Amino acid sequence: MVLRKIYGHPKSLRNVSTHYCAGCGHGIAHRLIAEVVDELDIRERTVAIAPVGCAVLAYDYWDFDCSEAAHGRALAVATGIKQVRPQNIVFTYQGDGDLAAIGTNETIHTANRGENLTVVFINNAVYGMTGGQMAPTTLLGQRTATTPKGREARLQGYPLKISELLAQLPAVKYIERVSLHSPQEVVKAKRAIKEAFKNQINNEGFSLVEILSPCPTYWQMSPSKALDWIREAMIKEFPLGRIK
Amino acid sequence: MAKINIDRERCKGCLFCISFCPKGLIGIDKRLNRRGVEPVKFKEQGECLGCAMCAIICPDCCIEVYKNSQKFNV
Repeated sequence: MVLRKIYGHPKSLRNVSTHYCAGCGHGIAHRLIAEVVDELDIRERTVAIAPVGCAVLAYDYWDFDCSEAAHGRALAVATGIKQVRPQNIVFTYQGDGDLAAIGTNETIHTANRGENLTVVFINNAVYGMTGGQMAPTTLLGQRTATTPKGREARLQGYPLKISELLAQLPAVKYIERVSLHSPQEVVKAKRAIKEAFKNQINNEGFSLVEILSPCPTYWQMSPSKALDWIREAMIKEFPLGRIK
Repeated sequence: MAKINIDRERCKGCLFCISFCPKGLIGIDKRLNRRGVEPVKFKEQGECLGCAMCAIICPDCCIEVYKNSQKFNV
């Protein structure tokens, strides 16, 4: 009887422990990207743009070329790299504070130009790195450091659905929203990330995958409760599936 | 026939694997790891399916899955 390894550490992920909290979705998303890069055999020509946010140290975890960008400017840096080196596969990995708040300008204009880039957008409805403040994607009623009584539409507006906004732009090729709340959904998330990378390889234009990701620390719940909260609350506001 | 290997030093104790193991073969190891966390451990005596649900949901890439392969079993 021979046991063969069927699941293990992807080559494009360094064999180190991450700084993320227990139950954080970033670790899953990093692994999925590394698996996709390995499976598409593009490791030698991939360039990642790390964001500002909890994933600011992503370049310590992926074993391919990475660049850092100022807060929100990941897509501007990615545009520059891709235009000068079109043979590279360039993707950005950004959180909601990065992509949908300070970087909204760069996000909308890069999508509107239809740059041949891949975006992995981590939506955890909160600012993680700075201490759990309200993000544009925070749900109504959700308590954060800056909305201690819960987000109110009258005061703080509604959760920003950046994927639906971008889907209206004619130059955008592909947008899908996925989640990490169960192994089945993680498999679907990987399929979406792979599709987004394939679009770039085939020069088809701007692709974005929005990933609903747990942040147990700043949702102030246990990791398994955080997965339940995605399923019960977050998906109602941010429905899963292909948007464009 | 299958089994998993858990990197107990990397485990942060989120316990996602315990909630998704269809056979209930993952438990908590009361012996702390170097992080000061009670990591998860594999219950060797059960019958693991090799479904890899635990490894797929693990945020810290702590789990390797080994499965009996027909190809190598000839």
